[in-house]
Parts: sequence; C-alpha cells; structure tokens
Amino acid sequence: MPTNFMPSTEEYFRILPELILTLAGVLIMFLEALRKEGQKSNAGGVTLATLVAALIAAVMAGGSPGPAFHDMVFVDGFGTFFRILVLVVGLLTVLSSQSYLERHDAQIGEYYGLLLFSLVGQSLLCVSNELMMVFIGIEISSIASYIMAGFLRDDKRNNESALKYFLLGSFATAFLLYGVAWIYGITGTTNIDGIRQALLNNLPAVPLPAVGAAAALMLVGFAFKVSAVPFQAWAPDVYQGAPAPVSAFMSAGPKAAAFAVFTRVFLTAFGPIANRWEPILWIVALATMIVGNFAALTQTNIKRMLAYSSIAHAGYVLVAIVAHSEAGTAAVMFYLASYAFMNVGAFAAIVDYSRRNEKFVNISDLAGLGQKQPFTASMMTIYMLSLIGVPLTAGFFGKFYIFKAALESDLIWLTVLGLLNSAVAAYYYLRILVVMWMHEPGEAAESAPEASFGVKAVLFGSALATLVLGILPSLVLDFANRSANIIK
Amino acid sequence: MDAILFFLFATITVICAINMVLQRHPISSALSLIGVMGSLAVLYLLLGGEFIAMAQLIVYSGAIMVLFLFVIMLLNSGAEPKRSRHKILLFLGAPLLVILLGVIGYFIQGQIPAQEMVKFGSWESGPGKPAFGSPQNVGMSLFTSYLLPFEITSVLILIAILGAIVLARKEID
Amino acid sequence: MPTSELEKYFPVLVMAVIAAVMAASLTILSSVLGKRSKSPQKDTPYECGMAPTGDARDRFSIKFYLVAMIFILLDIEAVFLYPWAVVYRQLKWFAFFEMLLFIALVLVGYFYIWKKGALDWAIPERPRKAGPKTGTNLYREAA
Repeated sequence: MPTNFMPSTEEYFRILPELILTLAGVLIMFLEALRKEGQKSNAGGVTLATLVAALIAAVMAGGSPGPAFHDMVFVDGFGTFFRILVLVVGLLTVLSSQSYLERHDAQIGEYYGLLLFSLVGQSLLCVSNELMMVFIGIEISSIASYIMAGFLRDDKRNNESALKYFLLGSFATAFLLYGVAWIYGITGTTNIDGIRQALLNNLPAVPLPAVGAAAALMLVGFAFKVSAVPFQAWAPDVYQGAPAPVSAFMSAGPKAAAFAVFTRVFLTAFGPIANRWEPILWIVALATMIVGNFAALTQTNIKRMLAYSSIAHAGYVLVAIVAHSEAGTAAVMFYLASYAFMNVGAFAAIVDYSRRNEKFVNISDLAGLGQKQPFTASMMTIYMLSLIGVPLTAGFFGKFYIFKAALESDLIWLTVLGLLNSAVAAYYYLRILVVMWMHEPGEAAESAPEASFGVKAVLFGSALATLVLGILPSLVLDFANRSANIIK
Repeated sequence: MDAILFFLFATITVICAINMVLQRHPISSALSLIGVMGSLAVLYLLLGGEFIAMAQLIVYSGAIMVLFLFVIMLLNSGAEPKRSRHKILLFLGAPLLVILLGVIGYFIQGQIPAQEMVKFGSWESGPGKPAFGSPQNVGMSLFTSYLLPFEITSVLILIAILGAIVLARKEID
Repeated sequence: MPTSELEKYFPVLVMAVIAAVMAASLTILSSVLGKRSKSPQKDTPYECGMAPTGDARDRFSIKFYLVAMIFILLDIEAVFLYPWAVVYRQLKWFAFFEMLLFIALVLVGYFYIWKKGALDWAIPERPRKAGPKTGTNLYREAA
C-alpha cells in the first residue's frame, strides 16, 4: 500500500481544465433532462462560458508544471500548448455550430455535452504521461466524435459517416491497445518515461523485434487517428458525411491531440529505438503528403477536398516528427496551431453557405461568392493562401519551420519532395479562389443567406489568428521552442 | 496440470474463434464468441489474474453477449447468403496464414527464452499475501495509482448514455 | 503431477462439469427415450388455437437495445465495486469518496435516461395501425 496515496491540492489544480469540462458536461445533462418540451436549450451559452473558464484554468495549470495523480498526467509546456489549442478549437466549433443546429432543427443540448466530454478526452491526451491514460483519453475523444459525426440521425450521409468512423476507429484503437500490452510485457511499465528508462537501461538485452512490434502496433493506432497513409481511407468519407461544424472540429481538435500524444510517445518512450522507426515514418510521411495532395486535385466536393488536404497536412507534420529534434517538436506545435485556425475557418465558411441538408457543398457552388459576400470570400481567401503556404500567413511559417527542422536533421530528400508536394497543393487551393472571385454568381451564391453572427466571429477570429501567426510567428514559436523539450 | 489446462483451453479458444468466423448465422457466431470469452477467462485464471477472469465472465460472457444477441435480433438478420468464393483465395490464403504464424512464432521463440514462454500465475506473492492479480491488489492499484483513469471511466459511461439516447431518439426534437 | 494452484477452483470445475453433464444428458436422453411422431401439425408453433400470421422473426423495438445498453453500463460500474469492497478497510474515507464521485457521475446518467423517457414502456409514442395481436406484435404495441 503506497504510503501517500492522497492527491494534493496542486494535483487537482493541474487537471482543473478537465474537471471544469466534466462538471459542465454533467450540468448540461441535468439541464437537458429537466428541459420541458418546446423550451429552448441554453446549453450553447453554458458551453461557451465553460470553455473560457477551462482555457483560463489550462493557462493557470501550465504555470505550475509537474506530475499529478501518480504520474498519470504530467503538465508541461508542450501539454499546455496543445490543451489550449484543443480548447480554442472547441470554442470555434461551438460558435460555428449554433446556426447549423438551428437550421436542422437539432437544437438539443446533447451536442454540446458530447463536445465537452470529447474535449475532456483530448485535453487529457495532451498531458497524459501513461499509456493507460492515453488509451482512455483516445476512447473518450473518439467515441464522442463518432456520435457527433452521426448527430443528425435522419441524414443518411451522417449515418454513413458515423458508422465508417466507428468501425474503423475502434479497430485502430484495438491495435493501439495491443501495442500497449506488448510494451508492458517487455518493460513491465506503461508509464511513458518509465518505458524510455527501461529501454535505455537494458538496451543491449532488449528484444528489439518485440519492441519494434509494439511500436509498430501503436503506430497503426496513432496513424489512424491522425489520418496518415495507409490508414487515411476513412477521412474523406467521414469528413464529407459529418455535419460541417463537426468536420471542422474533427479535422483540428482530435487530430491535434492525437499528434501531441503521437509525438510524446515516439520521441520519449520509443526514443531509444528511433533508428528503427524513423525510416518507416519517413515513408509514411512522404506517402501521406503524396496521397493527400494528388487525391485532392480531382475533388469536386469541398468538404472532401478539405479532407484530403487535411491528410496532406498530416504528412507535413509527420516530416517534423521524423526530424526527431527539438526544432522538429517546436515545428509540430507551431504547424498544428496554424493549421487548426485555417482549417476550422475554411470549414466554417461553408457552414451557413451550404444551407439546409448541406445542399451546396460543391466547389462550383462557390462561384461568385466574392461578388455576393465579399466578407466570407475574403476570409476564405486568407485560409486558402495560408493552406498553400504564402508568406505573411501562418501556413508559410508552419511549413518553413518544418522543412528547416527537416534540413537540420539531414532529411534532404524528404524536404525536396515535401516542397514539390506543396507546389502541387497550390493548384487545388487556387482553384477555389478562381471560382470564388472570377466566376459569375451561380444559383448558390445568388440565394446565399447572410452568415450568422457566430460563424462570422469564427471566420474573423481564425483569419486574424492566421495573419497574426504569419506576421508575428515569434509570439507562438518562442513558447514552442521553450517547451519543445518533452523528454524528462 | 497447469500446462494441460492451458493447452486445453487455448485450443478451445482458437477453435471457437475460428468457428465464430466460419458460421453463417449470426446467432451461431455469437454463441461461439461466448465460448471464446469463457475459455479466455480460464486462461486469465491460469495466469493468476483472478479478478480479471471474473470480470471477463461477468461483463463479457454475461452482459456484452446479451447486447450482441439483442442487436442480432433487433436487426433481424438471418443467415448470410452463400457467396461463391474463389478457390484461388483459399489456395493463397491458407499458406500465407501458415507463413505468417510461422514467422511470428519463430520471432517469439528466438526472442524469449524457452523457460519463460508461459509463466503461470501464482495465487500468493508470499505466505498469506494476496497475489498480483487478486482483487485486493487490483483494487489497491485502481484506487490509488490508477485513480484518475478510474474516475475518468465514468465520463466514458456518460458518453455512452448520451450517445445511446441521441441516436435512438424518435425524431430530432 | 505437480499440484496446481488452481486447486481452490476445483469445486467450480466440479460444478461446471455437473452442469455440462446434466444439460447434455437431458437433451440426449429425451431424444433417445422420447416418443416421436412426425406430422406437419407438429411443426407449427401452436399445435392448437390460432394460426400464426406473419413471420416470427420480426424487428424489435429499439427500446430493447437501449435497456440492454444501459444494463451493460451499470454492470461495468458494478464490477468496479468488487475490488473496491476488498480494499475499503485499508483506504477508508478516501475510497468512500472516490466511489461516491464515480457513482454520482453514473447516477447523473441514470437520471438523464429516466427523464428522457428511455425507460417508459407504457406510453406509445406514435399511433400505430392496429395489427393482429399475436406474438411479437404485442411487444410492438407496448413499445
């Protein structure tokens, strides 16, 4: 029996964001249970207030770094960065969801409850220091996302999306869990630092193929969650079928959290066997970039195109992980932050534009948006330019730091091929700009309603963040550089 | 004795698992799955995991199989239609499977010393002291070291409840 | 033969064997000793009375599934009570509050299910066409 098993106040403080999110989720369940028929749900407002509170808590928790609950979680700069990122993504999602749910007569608080619970999982993932915690975090985050993907139950595309996501996702989690079991069998611990120590201490005697098998199994699980090739096939179908705000959320929040834990596990726990996994990730990174970019070229549905684009961007982030250096880790952090803003923004632009049942989601439907709705079109232009990586946008510095880190780690071929990929990507992003600004307004643009206040706020906020990160990258990069050392 | 029991139940597990895949009717598959779950529980017991063996019986063989059967009845799915299978798949698949299992076996054999292949569990870590997998020890770690994952599990349960209600609601209200 | 530590589970084995033998012998004996007369009448669900209409394999109400699902969730909660009860004396109040928090959270879920009417079987949610009241259709009326 451990002599001191009572957690201290400090430890509770370190998981305060999760506590706030959980309590708010429970509160929403209460409110929903007591809500009379016809009464309006005020869960949206509760969620917004909660997220702001959780953000403050995350910042404060970041001020007192350290382990909590028997080393289950370890709050450090890296974790705090991603915690704040997923909470901001949650905030943007809530703002862009309200008009969408209203339009589909689905204004029920459960949506926000699920969102909050999903954020509990993601936020825990960012700081977890234990594979058991990682597993539970991933399960919480994904199961809530499966349900949100199929939230409009009477919509066939929603059903398809949720079912595909669920079946493939739970299969991937099983792989992850199998990997955890292997590594526990070899090292006798599931603590991420503990695994590193165990591997370092008896490196010559460690059964390398067995450790490799464990790493490979866990790689399958993580690669699925971040939609890396060859486990990317679910992403286009799921993003296309899910409600637009949910797609925005899934492509930014759970992905950032999964990348955080992916980076932490591979650089820390499997750091000692890096020469084994680096070549594999090299291939995965390249394949992910190529598949994402080339498949995006021919898409006509904008959500599907953004899905392939998100696969391609996962490839860039993987390049930074292959670099396996502190500069690489900082690049992962910076890139995911900038990617989250431009991607959520791009999805948010079509939330109101697509109308009921997402009638207008083809790229050709955007024709003449520039004439009819200059505000939305300008914001969309900023995101597209940033996704290409044009200077003065966040995307430029994101790519710049990634390839700089790659060059410093002598990944010359990967850098060259990655840059060529970025050039290919310019084609499909520019196509949207051409359609928006140069084509005559079609049926969709003529009848387009004014975007709701929430969506406008998201569009403006994301565009602002994209530009700020592009003009003053040091605001975020300094913090990223300081907290890039995740090995304790 | 342990070894005999191990091989007996390991064989039952594998046979039931294969049978589950081969059966055409979902109910037969579900029944085979119960066999898999039950014999797995005995395997856990052999490894010294008393608590996990009981949990396996209560949760998996009991509750989860009931849910499976409910779903099968709910969907009213009959036997799978016979599909014409390509003989070539069988000719290719069977040797490939044998090769895969052989390679895995070879690696495990090479990596881990033979005397550690199957380490049967012990029920007592010392005179009068409960073993690693006993309810006492599981409880001790669950409620001290692994307190946070345990409490967070309740969030998972809440999500499942929310999801079940949301997806089963009659029409969006 | 070395004695197995599994010995203390010997009674469980005996019981399992008795149960298996009992079940097997009952089925085998009744098929060996029982009289059989084959006629089309014997193959109908009800030998006398009303002729069944429709298929016996009908789709069930989603409520069966909901109840099964809720049962599992509470079952999982109950499983955690076993190790808790064993270590309760050592951890005292700390363990008490841990479990209190866990159960409180799950109870919120229960309250939610209750208020949402997932446990109400008596109220028909939408009018159904009156069908023949046989077999599974009775359940459908109830649902």
